[in-house]
Amino acid sequence: MVTKRIVLNFPPELIEKPIAYHLVKDYDLEFNILKADVNPKEEGLLVLELKGRNDNYKKGVAYLKTTGVQIQPLDQDVIRNEDKCTHCGACVGICPTGALYVNPETREIIFDNTHCIACELCVPACPPRAMEVHF
Amino acid sequence: MAKTIEEINQKIRKKQAVVVTAEEMIKIVDKNGSQKAAEKVDVVTTGTFGPMCSSSVYLNLGHTKPKIKIGGGTCRLNGVPAYTGLAAVDILIGCTATPEDDPRNKPYPGEFKYGGGHLIQDLVAEKDVHLSATAYGTDCYPRKEIHTLINIRDLNEAVLFNPRNGYQNYNVGINVSNKNIYTYMGVLKANMGNANYCSAGQLSPLLNDPLYKTIGIGTKIFLGGGTGYVAWQGTQHNPSAKRKENDVPITPAGTIAVIGDLKQMNAEWLVGVSMLGYGASLMVGLGIPIPILNEEIAKYTSVKDEDIFAQVVDYSDAYPNGKPGSLCEVSYTQLRSGQIRVNGKKVKTASLSSYPKALRIANLLKEWIEKGDFLLNKSIAPLPDSESKYTVKPFIERSE
Repeated sequence: MVTKRIVLNFPPELIEKPIAYHLVKDYDLEFNILKADVNPKEEGLLVLELKGRNDNYKKGVAYLKTTGVQIQPLDQDVIRNEDKCTHCGACVGICPTGALYVNPETREIIFDNTHCIACELCVPACPPRAMEVHF
Repeated sequence: MAKTIEEINQKIRKKQAVVVTAEEMIKIVDKNGSQKAAEKVDVVTTGTFGPMCSSSVYLNLGHTKPKIKIGGGTCRLNGVPAYTGLAAVDILIGCTATPEDDPRNKPYPGEFKYGGGHLIQDLVAEKDVHLSATAYGTDCYPRKEIHTLINIRDLNEAVLFNPRNGYQNYNVGINVSNKNIYTYMGVLKANMGNANYCSAGQLSPLLNDPLYKTIGIGTKIFLGGGTGYVAWQGTQHNPSAKRKENDVPITPAGTIAVIGDLKQMNAEWLVGVSMLGYGASLMVGLGIPIPILNEEIAKYTSVKDEDIFAQVVDYSDAYPNGKPGSLCEVSYTQLRSGQIRVNGKKVKTASLSSYPKALRIANLLKEWIEKGDFLLNKSIAPLPDSESKYTVKPFIERSE
Protein backbone atom coordinates (compact mmCIF):
# COMPACT_ATOMS: atom_id res chain seq x y z
CA MET A 1 0.00 0.00 0.00
CA VAL A 2 1.17 3.53 -0.73
CA THR A 3 -0.18 6.91 0.28
CA LYS A 4 0.99 9.78 -1.85
CA ARG A 5 -0.04 13.35 -2.29
CA ILE A 6 0.04 14.87 -5.73
CA VAL A 7 -0.82 18.17 -7.35
CA LEU A 8 -2.76 18.00 -10.59
CA ASN A 9 -2.86 20.91 -13.00
CA PHE A 10 -5.29 20.39 -15.81
CA PRO A 11 -6.07 22.43 -18.89
CA PRO A 12 -9.60 23.84 -19.50
CA GLU A 13 -10.64 21.03 -21.89
CA LEU A 14 -10.16 18.39 -19.18
CA ILE A 15 -12.19 20.15 -16.48
CA GLU A 16 -15.37 18.28 -17.29
CA LYS A 17 -13.81 14.80 -17.47
CA PRO A 18 -14.50 12.49 -14.50
CA ILE A 19 -10.83 11.84 -13.78
CA ALA A 20 -11.15 11.03 -10.08
CA TYR A 21 -13.98 8.61 -10.85
CA HIS A 22 -11.67 6.60 -13.09
CA LEU A 23 -8.98 6.48 -10.41
CA VAL A 24 -11.45 4.82 -8.06
CA LYS A 25 -13.25 2.57 -10.48
CA ASP A 26 -10.41 1.42 -12.75
CA TYR A 27 -7.44 1.49 -10.37
CA ASP A 28 -9.03 0.90 -6.96
CA LEU A 29 -7.42 4.01 -5.47
CA GLU A 30 -8.89 5.88 -2.52
CA PHE A 31 -8.67 9.62 -2.85
CA ASN A 32 -8.92 12.50 -0.47
CA ILE A 33 -9.25 16.01 -1.89
CA LEU A 34 -6.89 18.30 0.01
CA LYS A 35 -7.46 21.32 -2.16
CA ALA A 36 -9.50 22.08 -5.24
CA ASP A 37 -9.61 25.13 -7.42
CA VAL A 38 -11.63 24.12 -10.42
CA ASN A 39 -13.72 26.50 -12.50
CA PRO A 40 -15.48 25.76 -15.82
CA LYS A 41 -13.43 26.76 -18.89
CA GLU A 42 -10.37 27.69 -16.82
CA GLU A 43 -7.28 25.79 -15.76
CA GLY A 44 -7.91 23.60 -12.75
CA LEU A 45 -5.82 22.73 -9.70
CA LEU A 46 -6.48 19.69 -7.58
CA VAL A 47 -4.42 18.48 -4.62
CA LEU A 48 -5.14 14.80 -3.96
CA GLU A 49 -4.00 12.22 -1.48
CA LEU A 50 -4.09 8.83 -3.21
CA LYS A 51 -4.03 5.55 -1.34
CA GLY A 52 -3.88 2.07 -2.82
CA ARG A 53 -1.67 -0.78 -3.98
CA ASN A 54 1.67 0.33 -5.36
CA ASP A 55 1.09 -1.17 -8.84
CA ASN A 56 -2.37 0.38 -9.01
CA TYR A 57 -0.94 3.74 -7.95
CA LYS A 58 1.62 3.56 -10.76
CA LYS A 59 -1.05 2.59 -13.30
CA GLY A 60 -3.34 5.35 -12.04
CA VAL A 61 -0.61 7.95 -12.43
CA ALA A 62 0.17 6.58 -15.91
CA TYR A 63 -3.53 6.96 -16.77
CA LEU A 64 -3.51 10.57 -15.51
CA LYS A 65 -0.54 11.35 -17.73
CA THR A 66 -2.37 10.01 -20.81
CA THR A 67 -5.21 12.46 -20.16
CA GLY A 68 -2.90 15.48 -20.40
CA VAL A 69 -2.93 16.36 -16.72
CA GLN A 70 0.34 17.70 -15.32
CA ILE A 71 1.38 15.91 -12.13
CA GLN A 72 3.76 16.96 -9.39
CA PRO A 73 4.46 15.39 -6.03
CA LEU A 74 2.98 17.65 -3.34
CA ASP A 75 6.08 18.06 -1.22
CA GLN A 76 7.62 20.25 -3.89
CA ASP A 77 4.93 22.84 -3.59
CA VAL A 78 5.40 24.90 -0.44
CA ILE A 79 9.02 25.63 0.25
CA ARG A 80 10.60 27.62 3.03
CA ASN A 81 13.22 30.13 2.01
CA GLU A 82 15.74 29.49 4.78
CA ASP A 83 17.49 32.81 4.18
CA LYS A 84 14.29 34.70 4.89
CA CYS A 85 12.86 32.72 7.83
CA THR A 86 13.48 34.48 11.16
CA HIS A 87 12.06 31.60 13.25
CA CYS A 88 9.47 33.87 14.81
CA GLY A 89 6.50 31.51 14.82
CA ALA A 90 3.71 33.52 13.19
CA CYS A 91 2.98 30.48 10.98
CA VAL A 92 2.71 27.93 13.79
CA GLY A 93 -0.73 28.86 15.11
CA ILE A 94 -2.39 28.87 11.71
CA CYS A 95 -0.93 25.70 10.18
CA PRO A 96 -3.86 23.26 10.25
CA THR A 97 -1.79 20.06 10.13
CA GLY A 98 1.09 20.85 12.47
CA ALA A 99 3.60 20.77 9.59
CA LEU A 100 5.04 23.96 11.09
CA TYR A 101 5.96 23.54 14.73
CA VAL A 102 8.42 24.69 17.37
CA ASN A 103 11.41 22.55 18.33
CA PRO A 104 11.09 22.60 22.12
CA GLU A 105 14.88 22.44 22.58
CA THR A 106 16.11 25.14 20.22
CA ARG A 107 12.78 26.97 19.83
CA GLU A 108 13.43 27.06 16.11
CA ILE A 109 10.49 26.60 13.76
CA ILE A 110 10.54 23.27 11.98
CA PHE A 111 8.84 22.83 8.60
CA ASP A 112 7.97 19.17 8.07
CA ASN A 113 6.70 19.15 4.51
CA THR A 114 5.51 15.54 4.71
CA HIS A 115 2.62 16.92 6.78
CA CYS A 116 2.07 19.92 4.50
CA ILE A 117 -1.19 19.84 2.54
CA ALA A 118 -0.31 22.97 0.56
CA CYS A 119 -3.26 24.94 1.92
CA GLU A 120 -0.96 27.98 1.66
CA LEU A 121 -2.34 29.69 4.78
CA CYS A 122 1.21 30.26 5.97
CA VAL A 123 2.31 31.99 2.76
CA PRO A 124 0.79 35.45 3.30
CA ALA A 125 0.80 35.08 7.11
CA CYS A 126 4.60 34.82 7.25
CA PRO A 127 5.86 38.34 8.12
CA PRO A 128 9.17 38.08 6.18
CA ARG A 129 7.38 36.05 3.45
CA ALA A 130 9.68 33.07 3.74
CA MET A 131 7.07 30.48 2.68
CA GLU A 132 7.02 30.22 -1.09
CA VAL A 133 4.75 28.33 -3.46
CA HIS A 134 6.56 26.59 -6.27
CA PHE A 135 4.54 25.05 -9.07
CA MET B 1 30.46 43.16 47.36
CA ALA B 2 29.30 45.81 44.95
CA LYS B 3 31.19 46.48 41.69
CA THR B 4 31.40 49.60 39.55
CA ILE B 5 31.05 49.83 35.79
CA GLU B 6 34.65 51.09 35.62
CA GLU B 7 35.88 47.96 37.43
CA ILE B 8 33.93 45.78 35.02
CA ASN B 9 35.38 47.70 32.04
CA GLN B 10 38.92 47.15 33.40
CA LYS B 11 38.21 43.41 33.29
CA ILE B 12 36.71 43.66 29.79
CA ARG B 13 39.82 45.48 28.55
CA LYS B 14 41.99 42.68 30.00
CA LYS B 15 39.60 40.11 28.47
CA GLN B 16 38.94 38.74 31.95
CA ALA B 17 35.30 39.70 32.33
CA VAL B 18 32.82 36.93 33.08
CA VAL B 19 29.99 37.43 30.60
CA VAL B 20 26.90 35.20 30.40
CA THR B 21 23.56 35.38 28.61
CA ALA B 22 20.36 35.97 30.56
CA GLU B 23 19.49 32.32 29.84
CA GLU B 24 22.77 31.08 31.35
CA MET B 25 22.34 33.41 34.33
CA ILE B 26 19.17 31.56 35.36
CA LYS B 27 21.14 28.36 36.00
CA ILE B 28 24.03 30.18 37.68
CA VAL B 29 21.73 31.87 40.21
CA ASP B 30 19.74 28.65 40.72
CA LYS B 31 22.95 26.79 41.55
CA ASN B 32 24.96 29.39 43.47
CA GLY B 33 22.41 31.89 44.77
CA SER B 34 22.26 35.52 43.75
CA GLN B 35 25.02 36.72 46.09
CA LYS B 36 27.67 34.32 44.76
CA ALA B 37 26.41 34.89 41.21
CA ALA B 38 26.90 38.65 41.68
CA GLU B 39 30.51 38.06 42.72
CA LYS B 40 31.20 35.67 39.88
CA VAL B 41 29.42 37.29 36.93
CA ASP B 42 30.29 40.73 35.57
CA VAL B 43 27.86 41.15 32.69
CA VAL B 44 24.58 39.55 31.61
CA THR B 45 23.61 39.96 27.96
CA THR B 46 20.00 40.12 26.78
CA GLY B 47 18.36 40.15 23.35
CA THR B 48 15.10 40.47 21.49
CA PHE B 49 14.10 40.25 17.83
CA GLY B 50 10.59 41.10 16.71
CA PRO B 51 8.44 43.47 14.67
CA MET B 52 8.81 47.00 16.11
CA CYS B 53 6.56 49.40 14.21
CA SER B 54 7.94 52.60 15.72
CA SER B 55 11.20 52.36 13.77
CA SER B 56 12.60 54.79 11.23
CA VAL B 57 15.69 55.94 9.39
CA TYR B 58 16.77 59.46 8.56
CA LEU B 59 19.13 60.23 5.73
CA ASN B 60 21.15 63.17 4.58
CA LEU B 61 21.40 62.76 0.82
CA GLY B 62 24.09 65.35 0.05
CA HIS B 63 23.58 68.27 -2.34
CA THR B 64 23.11 68.01 -6.09
CA LYS B 65 24.32 70.64 -8.61
CA PRO B 66 22.22 72.76 -8.98
CA LYS B 67 20.76 72.28 -5.52
CA ILE B 68 17.26 71.00 -4.74
CA LYS B 69 15.26 71.65 -1.57
CA ILE B 70 13.37 68.39 -1.07
CA GLY B 71 12.36 69.80 2.33
CA GLY B 72 8.77 70.95 1.90
CA GLY B 73 8.50 68.97 -1.36
CA THR B 74 7.85 65.28 -2.00
CA CYS B 75 10.15 62.29 -1.99
CA ARG B 76 9.73 58.58 -2.71
CA LEU B 77 12.27 55.81 -2.31
CA ASN B 78 11.37 52.64 -4.25
CA GLY B 79 7.87 54.14 -4.31
CA VAL B 80 7.67 54.49 -0.52
CA PRO B 81 6.94 58.07 0.55
CA ALA B 82 9.53 59.67 2.84
CA TYR B 83 8.87 62.53 5.26
CA THR B 84 10.23 65.78 3.81
CA GLY B 85 9.35 68.34 6.48
CA LEU B 86 13.01 68.86 7.44
CA ALA B 87 15.93 70.71 5.85
CA ALA B 88 16.73 70.59 2.11
CA VAL B 89 18.20 67.09 1.85
CA ASP B 90 17.28 65.50 5.19
CA ILE B 91 14.51 62.92 4.79
CA LEU B 92 12.94 60.39 7.14
CA ILE B 93 11.53 56.96 6.30
CA GLY B 94 9.10 55.30 8.67
CA CYS B 95 8.88 51.50 8.56
CA THR B 96 5.07 51.43 8.22
CA ALA B 97 5.01 53.74 5.17
CA THR B 98 3.38 52.19 2.11
CA PRO B 99 3.57 53.27 -1.55
CA GLU B 100 0.65 55.43 -2.65
CA ASP B 101 -0.38 52.82 -5.23
CA ASP B 102 -0.35 49.95 -2.73
CA PRO B 103 -3.89 48.52 -2.59
CA ARG B 104 -3.61 48.41 1.23
CA ASN B 105 -6.64 46.64 2.73
CA LYS B 106 -8.65 46.40 -0.48
CA PRO B 107 -8.75 43.58 -1.22
CA TYR B 108 -8.93 42.46 2.41
CA PRO B 109 -6.71 41.30 3.98
CA GLY B 110 -4.01 43.40 2.30
CA GLU B 111 -0.60 41.87 1.65
CA PHE B 112 1.60 44.98 2.08
CA LYS B 113 4.37 43.40 0.03
CA TYR B 114 6.75 46.38 0.13
CA GLY B 115 6.86 49.26 2.60
CA GLY B 116 9.19 51.33 4.72
CA GLY B 117 10.53 48.31 6.61
CA HIS B 118 11.53 46.57 3.38
CA LEU B 119 13.11 49.80 2.14
CA ILE B 120 15.16 50.11 5.33
CA GLN B 121 16.33 46.50 4.89
CA ASP B 122 17.31 47.22 1.24
CA LEU B 123 19.21 50.35 2.31
CA VAL B 124 21.16 48.56 5.02
CA ALA B 125 21.88 45.68 2.60
CA GLU B 126 23.63 48.32 0.42
CA LYS B 127 21.19 47.76 -2.46
CA ASP B 128 20.64 50.60 -4.91
CA VAL B 129 17.37 52.39 -4.18
CA HIS B 130 15.39 54.53 -6.60
CA LEU B 131 14.81 58.09 -5.39
CA SER B 132 12.23 60.36 -6.95
CA ALA B 133 11.68 63.86 -5.51
CA THR B 134 9.95 67.10 -6.40
CA ALA B 135 10.47 70.60 -5.04
CA TYR B 136 8.92 74.01 -5.60
CA GLY B 137 12.27 75.72 -6.35
CA THR B 138 13.80 78.71 -4.61
CA ASP B 139 16.52 81.23 -5.46
CA CYS B 140 19.08 79.25 -3.48
CA TYR B 141 17.66 75.79 -4.39
CA PRO B 142 16.49 76.16 -8.02
CA ARG B 143 16.16 72.50 -9.04
CA LYS B 144 12.58 71.16 -9.06
CA GLU B 145 12.88 67.47 -9.78
CA ILE B 146 15.23 64.53 -9.41
CA HIS B 147 15.04 60.85 -10.40
CA THR B 148 18.10 58.82 -9.52
CA LEU B 149 19.53 55.74 -7.88
CA ILE B 150 21.10 56.17 -4.46
CA ASN B 151 23.13 53.85 -2.26
CA ILE B 152 23.65 54.08 1.49
CA ARG B 153 27.43 54.01 0.90
CA ASP B 154 27.31 57.41 -0.80
CA LEU B 155 25.09 59.23 1.71
CA ASN B 156 26.41 61.59 4.37
CA GLU B 157 24.36 60.13 7.18
CA ALA B 158 22.01 57.18 7.52
CA VAL B 159 20.73 56.86 11.07
CA LEU B 160 18.32 54.36 12.54
CA PHE B 161 16.13 56.17 15.04
CA ASN B 162 13.33 54.25 16.68
CA PRO B 163 10.99 56.18 18.99
CA ARG B 164 9.65 53.01 20.63
CA ASN B 165 11.42 49.64 20.79
CA GLY B 166 12.04 46.88 23.28
CA TYR B 167 8.63 46.80 24.98
CA GLN B 168 8.90 45.50 28.51
CA ASN B 169 6.36 42.68 28.23
CA TYR B 170 3.40 42.58 25.85
CA ASN B 171 -0.16 41.32 25.42
CA VAL B 172 -1.09 37.88 24.16
CA GLY B 173 -3.47 38.40 21.25
CA ILE B 174 -6.57 36.23 20.84
CA ASN B 175 -9.83 36.50 18.88
CA VAL B 176 -13.16 35.68 20.56
CA SER B 177 -15.27 36.68 17.52
CA ASN B 178 -16.55 34.23 14.94
CA LYS B 179 -14.44 35.47 12.02
CA ASN B 180 -10.69 35.51 11.43
CA ILE B 181 -8.95 38.81 12.09
CA TYR B 182 -5.68 40.21 10.77
CA THR B 183 -3.71 42.21 13.33
CA TYR B 184 -0.24 43.37 14.22
CA MET B 185 -0.30 40.30 16.47
CA GLY B 186 -0.58 38.18 13.32
CA VAL B 187 -3.53 36.20 11.99
CA LEU B 188 -5.89 35.43 14.87
CA LYS B 189 -8.33 32.69 14.04
CA ALA B 190 -12.01 32.88 14.96
CA ASN B 191 -13.40 31.44 18.20
CA MET B 192 -10.06 31.59 20.00
CA GLY B 193 -8.45 29.42 17.29
CA ASN B 194 -4.94 30.50 18.30
CA ALA B 195 -3.10 33.00 20.50
CA ASN B 196 0.05 34.96 19.62
CA TYR B 197 2.54 36.58 21.98
CA CYS B 198 5.49 38.81 21.29
CA SER B 199 8.34 38.97 23.81
CA ALA B 200 11.65 37.23 24.29
CA GLY B 201 10.54 36.70 27.91
CA GLN B 202 13.50 35.69 30.07
CA LEU B 203 15.94 37.03 27.44
CA SER B 204 14.20 40.37 26.91
CA PRO B 205 16.28 43.43 27.92
CA LEU B 206 13.82 45.38 30.07
CA LEU B 207 12.43 42.24 31.74
CA ASN B 208 15.95 41.61 33.08
CA ASP B 209 16.20 45.13 34.52
CA PRO B 210 12.58 45.62 35.54
CA LEU B 211 13.08 48.89 37.47
CA TYR B 212 15.62 50.38 35.02
CA LYS B 213 18.49 50.34 37.54
CA THR B 214 21.18 50.06 34.85
CA ILE B 215 19.47 50.68 31.50
CA GLY B 216 19.02 54.42 30.97
CA ILE B 217 19.57 57.24 28.54
CA GLY B 218 22.98 56.85 26.91
CA THR B 219 23.33 53.09 27.50
CA LYS B 220 25.33 51.50 24.69
CA ILE B 221 23.48 48.59 23.05
CA PHE B 222 23.45 46.01 20.24
CA LEU B 223 21.22 47.50 17.56
CA GLY B 224 20.50 45.99 14.15
CA GLY B 225 23.72 44.00 14.13
CA GLY B 226 25.84 47.04 15.03
CA THR B 227 25.99 49.28 18.05
CA GLY B 228 23.66 52.06 19.12
CA TYR B 229 22.44 53.88 22.18
CA VAL B 230 19.32 54.34 24.25
CA ALA B 231 18.29 57.87 23.23
CA TRP B 232 15.34 58.45 25.55
CA GLN B 233 12.46 56.63 27.15
CA GLY B 234 10.32 55.22 24.35
CA THR B 235 6.91 56.61 23.48
CA GLN B 236 4.09 55.18 25.62
CA HIS B 237 6.68 54.37 28.32
CA ASN B 238 4.55 53.22 31.23
CA PRO B 239 6.65 52.49 34.32
CA SER B 240 3.55 52.63 36.56
CA ALA B 241 2.18 49.37 35.07
CA LYS B 242 1.18 46.74 37.64
CA ARG B 243 4.04 44.50 38.76
CA LYS B 244 4.49 41.19 40.57
CA GLU B 245 6.62 40.81 43.69
CA ASN B 246 9.70 40.28 41.50
CA ASP B 247 9.08 43.82 40.11
CA VAL B 248 8.32 42.39 36.64
CA PRO B 249 5.31 44.11 35.06
CA ILE B 250 2.37 41.98 33.98
CA THR B 251 1.22 44.27 31.15
CA PRO B 252 3.11 46.26 28.50
CA ALA B 253 5.24 48.72 30.54
CA GLY B 254 8.61 50.38 29.89
CA THR B 255 9.91 51.17 26.41
CA ILE B 256 13.07 52.73 24.98
CA ALA B 257 13.89 55.01 22.06
CA VAL B 258 17.10 53.90 20.36
CA ILE B 259 19.51 55.40 17.87
CA GLY B 260 22.52 54.22 15.89
CA ASP B 261 24.51 54.55 12.67
CA LEU B 262 22.68 52.46 10.05
CA LYS B 263 25.85 52.12 7.96
CA GLN B 264 27.42 49.72 10.47
CA MET B 265 24.28 47.60 10.90
CA ASN B 266 23.26 44.66 8.74
CA ALA B 267 20.24 43.23 6.99
CA GLU B 268 20.20 40.05 9.05
CA TRP B 269 19.07 42.09 12.06
CA LEU B 270 16.78 44.61 10.37
CA VAL B 271 14.16 42.66 8.42
CA GLY B 272 11.28 44.26 6.54
CA VAL B 273 8.04 42.42 7.22
CA SER B 274 4.49 42.34 5.85
CA MET B 275 1.81 41.84 8.46
CA LEU B 276 -1.19 40.42 6.58
CA GLY B 277 -4.14 42.83 6.73
CA TYR B 278 -2.18 45.21 8.96
CA GLY B 279 0.76 46.77 7.16
CA ALA B 280 4.50 46.92 6.66
CA SER B 281 6.89 46.92 9.59
CA LEU B 282 10.47 46.20 10.58
CA MET B 283 11.83 43.38 12.70
CA VAL B 284 14.59 44.87 14.84
CA GLY B 285 17.38 43.06 16.65
CA LEU B 286 18.15 44.67 19.98
CA GLY B 287 20.41 43.56 22.82
CA ILE B 288 21.44 45.26 26.03
CA PRO B 289 24.29 44.32 28.37
CA ILE B 290 23.49 44.55 32.06
CA PRO B 291 26.43 45.16 34.42
CA ILE B 292 26.08 42.99 37.52
CA LEU B 293 26.84 45.72 40.04
CA ASN B 294 25.30 43.98 43.04
CA GLU B 295 23.21 41.07 44.27
CA GLU B 296 19.91 42.77 43.49
CA ILE B 297 20.80 43.13 39.81
CA ALA B 298 22.07 39.54 39.71
CA LYS B 299 18.72 38.42 41.01
CA TYR B 300 16.79 40.52 38.48
CA THR B 301 18.80 39.06 35.59
CA SER B 302 17.96 35.51 36.68
CA VAL B 303 14.25 36.04 35.95
CA LYS B 304 12.77 33.05 34.13
CA ASP B 305 9.80 32.50 31.86
CA GLU B 306 7.76 30.91 34.63
CA ASP B 307 8.01 34.14 36.66
CA ILE B 308 6.95 36.45 33.81
CA PHE B 309 3.23 36.86 33.18
CA ALA B 310 1.24 38.41 30.34
CA GLN B 311 -2.42 39.25 29.74
CA VAL B 312 -4.52 37.45 27.14
CA VAL B 313 -6.38 40.23 25.33
CA ASP B 314 -9.20 39.95 22.80
CA TYR B 315 -8.19 41.73 19.59
CA SER B 316 -11.65 41.49 18.00
CA ASP B 317 -13.34 43.85 20.46
CA ALA B 318 -11.52 44.71 23.73
CA TYR B 319 -8.30 45.93 22.09
CA PRO B 320 -9.72 47.89 19.11
CA ASN B 321 -12.37 49.54 21.26
CA GLY B 322 -10.07 50.32 24.15
CA LYS B 323 -11.99 48.24 26.64
CA PRO B 324 -9.92 47.37 29.70
CA GLY B 325 -9.47 43.89 31.06
CA SER B 326 -7.94 40.61 30.01
CA LEU B 327 -9.39 37.15 29.54
CA CYS B 328 -6.72 35.61 31.74
CA GLU B 329 -3.10 35.82 32.82
CA VAL B 330 -0.53 33.28 31.62
CA SER B 331 3.19 32.76 32.17
CA TYR B 332 5.76 32.64 29.37
CA THR B 333 6.43 29.01 30.31
CA GLN B 334 2.80 28.25 29.53
CA LEU B 335 2.98 30.30 26.32
CA ARG B 336 6.14 28.49 25.19
CA SER B 337 4.59 25.08 25.88
CA GLY B 338 2.55 25.68 22.71
CA GLN B 339 -0.81 25.63 24.42
CA ILE B 340 -2.71 27.68 26.99
CA ARG B 341 -6.15 27.32 28.50
CA VAL B 342 -8.55 30.26 28.03
CA ASN B 343 -12.08 30.09 29.44
CA GLY B 344 -11.74 26.31 29.63
CA LYS B 345 -10.65 25.96 26.00
CA LYS B 346 -7.21 24.69 24.90
CA VAL B 347 -5.66 27.28 22.59
CA LYS B 348 -2.53 26.84 20.45
CA THR B 349 0.08 29.53 21.09
CA ALA B 350 2.84 30.96 18.91
CA SER B 351 5.33 33.77 19.07
CA LEU B 352 5.84 36.73 16.77
CA SER B 353 9.23 37.50 18.23
CA SER B 354 12.03 35.06 17.44
CA TYR B 355 13.57 33.42 20.49
CA PRO B 356 16.41 31.75 18.51
CA LYS B 357 17.35 35.16 17.06
CA ALA B 358 17.11 36.81 20.49
CA LEU B 359 19.46 34.15 21.86
CA ARG B 360 21.91 34.74 19.00
CA ILE B 361 21.91 38.46 19.80
CA ALA B 362 22.65 37.77 23.48
CA ASN B 363 25.48 35.42 22.40
CA LEU B 364 26.90 37.88 19.86
CA LEU B 365 26.92 40.66 22.44
CA LYS B 366 28.60 38.26 24.88
CA GLU B 367 31.33 37.53 22.29
CA TRP B 368 31.91 41.23 21.62
CA ILE B 369 32.32 41.96 25.33
CA GLU B 370 34.52 38.90 25.94
CA LYS B 371 36.80 39.96 23.09
CA GLY B 372 37.14 43.43 24.61
CA ASP B 373 35.40 45.05 21.63
CA PHE B 374 32.42 46.41 23.55
CA LEU B 375 32.75 48.39 26.78
CA LEU B 376 29.85 49.19 29.07
CA ASN B 377 28.90 52.71 30.05
CA LYS B 378 26.94 54.32 32.84
CA SER B 379 23.71 55.89 31.64
CA ILE B 380 23.72 59.69 31.70
CA ALA B 381 20.14 59.99 32.93
CA PRO B 382 17.67 57.40 34.21
CA LEU B 383 14.47 56.30 32.48
CA PRO B 384 11.40 57.47 34.41
CA ASP B 385 10.77 54.65 36.90
CA SER B 386 7.83 53.28 38.85
CA GLU B 387 8.34 55.93 41.54
CA SER B 388 7.93 58.74 38.99
CA LYS B 389 4.48 59.98 38.05
CA TYR B 390 5.22 59.11 34.41
CA THR B 391 2.37 57.18 32.83
CA VAL B 392 0.62 56.52 29.53
CA LYS B 393 -2.52 58.55 28.88
CA PRO B 394 -5.47 57.91 26.58
CA PHE B 395 -6.35 60.37 23.82
CA ILE B 396 -8.69 63.19 24.78
CA GLU B 397 -11.00 64.09 21.89
CA ARG B 398 -12.48 67.59 21.98
CA SER B 399 -14.77 69.62 19.76
CA GLU B 400 -13.51 73.08 18.75
